[in-house]
Amino acid sequence: MRRTAVVLLVGLAVIAGGILVATLRVNPYLYFAGYVILQYVVIATAWNILGGYAGYVNFGTPAFFALGAYTAVFLIQSMRAPLPVLILAGGLVSALLGLGIGYLTLRLRGVFFSIATLALSIVLQAMIINWEYVGGSRGLSVIRPSGPPFGNYVTFLFTVMVGLAVVAVIAAWLIERSWIGRGLAALRDNEEAAECMGVPTLRLKLFATTVSGFFLGVAGAPFPYYVTFVEPNSAFALDYAVNALAMPMIGGTTSWVGPVIGAVLLGAAQQLATVTISSEMNLFIVGVVLVAFVVLAPEGILGLIRRLRGR
Amino acid sequence: MSAILEIEGVTKRFGGFTAVNRLTLDVKPGERFGLIGPNGSGKTTLINCVSGSLPVDGGRIRFDGQEITNLPAHRRTRLGIVRSFQIPKPFTSMTVLENLEIPLEYAAHRRAREADADAAEILRAIGLESKAHLRPAGLTQIEMRKLELARAMAARPKLLISDEAMAGLSSAEVDDILAILFRLSEQGITIIMIEHIMRAVMRFSERIVVLDAGERIAEGTPDEIVRNPAVEKAYLGE
Repeated sequence: MRRTAVVLLVGLAVIAGGILVATLRVNPYLYFAGYVILQYVVIATAWNILGGYAGYVNFGTPAFFALGAYTAVFLIQSMRAPLPVLILAGGLVSALLGLGIGYLTLRLRGVFFSIATLALSIVLQAMIINWEYVGGSRGLSVIRPSGPPFGNYVTFLFTVMVGLAVVAVIAAWLIERSWIGRGLAALRDNEEAAECMGVPTLRLKLFATTVSGFFLGVAGAPFPYYVTFVEPNSAFALDYAVNALAMPMIGGTTSWVGPVIGAVLLGAAQQLATVTISSEMNLFIVGVVLVAFVVLAPEGILGLIRRLRGR
Repeated sequence: MSAILEIEGVTKRFGGFTAVNRLTLDVKPGERFGLIGPNGSGKTTLINCVSGSLPVDGGRIRFDGQEITNLPAHRRTRLGIVRSFQIPKPFTSMTVLENLEIPLEYAAHRRAREADADAAEILRAIGLESKAHLRPAGLTQIEMRKLELARAMAARPKLLISDEAMAGLSSAEVDDILAILFRLSEQGITIIMIEHIMRAVMRFSERIVVLDAGERIAEGTPDEIVRNPAVEKAYLGE
C-alpha cells in the first residue's frame, strides 16, 4: 500500500516537472523532440505488457498506433471532439483490436502470432488508404484548436504526453506487481504448465492484449494534432514496429523500468541523429544497437546491471 | 465406494489416428493407480484429456461427481486434478520458490504472503529447501523432477497424475521419488502413476490398467498383470 502511494507521488512529481519544463519556454524544438521520446515511452511500455510480460511478440504496433490516430482524425472531422475524448476513444478502439488479436493467441503462438500481427498492420493500412473521409492515401490536414496552454500547441502536447507516459508506466508497474503479472510471467515461461497450475491463461492473455492495445492507441491519439497532417505512410510507419520491440529489448523486458530506459536512450539517440546526421539514420541506429544487445546482453540493460551486481 | 475419477467412453483422434478409443475407466478415492502400456499406447493422450490439455472427441469425464468434460484445464486444476509433466516444464524465469507460488496463488487460492510460507514447507518436505532461491536451470535432473512434483503438490491436488516422473533416473533416485509419492498417498491423495519403470509401478500400484493402441487390454493387481499373457504380447510381440 505504502509502495503504491510512493509510486503515485513520484508520478505526480514527474507530471509537475513536465508542466514546469513547459512553462520555461525553452527552445521549442526540445518540446517537439521530447514529445516523440515520451510517445515512445508509452509505446514501449504498452508493447512490453504483451511482449515482455506475456511473451507474445507483437509486430503490429503501427496498426494500434495508427488506429488511435485515425480514431482521433475521425472524431476531429466529424465533431471536433476535445483532446481528452480523442485520447480515450483512440485507446478504447485500439483496446478492442487488442481484444481481437487476443483471441488469435488461441491458435497462434510464437512466430506465427507475430506474423499475424504484422499482417494485421498491412490490412488495416490498406483499409485506411481506401477510406476517403479520413484522408485516404493523400492524407488530411488537421487544424489545431486555438489558444492552447503554454502559448504553443506542441508544448501543450508535450505536457499531455508526460501525463500519458506516467499513467502507462504506473499501469505497467501495477500489473507487474499483481497476481496478473505473476500469472503472465508463468504463461510466458510455459503456457501449458501455467494452465495446468491453475492460471487462466486465455483470460490473462486477453487482458494483456487489450491493455497493451489501449495504451498503443492512447499514444497515437494526439498524433494528428502533433503532426497536423496525417497520412497512412507516417501513421503506419515501420519505425513504430521496430522501436516498440527494440526499446524494451534494450532496456530489459521483465520489468516496467526496462522499456522506459530503452525508450529514453534510443529515442534520444534517434532525435540527436535526426538533427546532427540525417533522419535516415534512425532505423540504422536502432538496428545496430538491437543486434548488439541481442548478441551481447539478451536481457537488456537491466540484465547487464543484474549480472554486474551478481559478481 | 464411488469413483473420484470416472472416464466414460472417451475417444481422442488426431486426424485419422485414434489415440484413445472409447475408453472407460474408474479411479477410486485414495487409490494408487498405475497406468502402463507400450510407447504410443495413448497413456499421455488420456492424461491430457483428463487434465484438460486436449479436448476429447467423444465420451465424458467426471471428477468428484462433477462433469468436467468441457472445463478448461485451469478450472480442473482448481477442482483438484493436478498433473506433473513427463518432460519437466518449470517456469524458467522464476526461482524454485516462486515456481510453487504460482499454483499456491492460482489453484489453492493462497494469498501472496501465505504462499511464501506454504511453498517453503512443501520444499522442505520434498528436500529442495536448499535450492529455494535458485533458478530451475541450476537444478539437476532429479531436482527438476522433484520441483515438478513439488509444484503439483502446491496446487493442493485431490488427484495427482504423475506422468513418467522417474524416467531416466537412477535406481536410488527412483526410490526417492517413490517414497515421496507413497507419502502423498498416505495423506489421502489419489495418485495415477504413468511409468515405464516396471519395478516402480508394480511396487506402487494397488491396481493397474494396461493400454495398447488406445484400448484397455488388461486390468488387475500388479501380480495379475505380470501373469497376463495379453500384456506380455503387447510389450514383446508374439
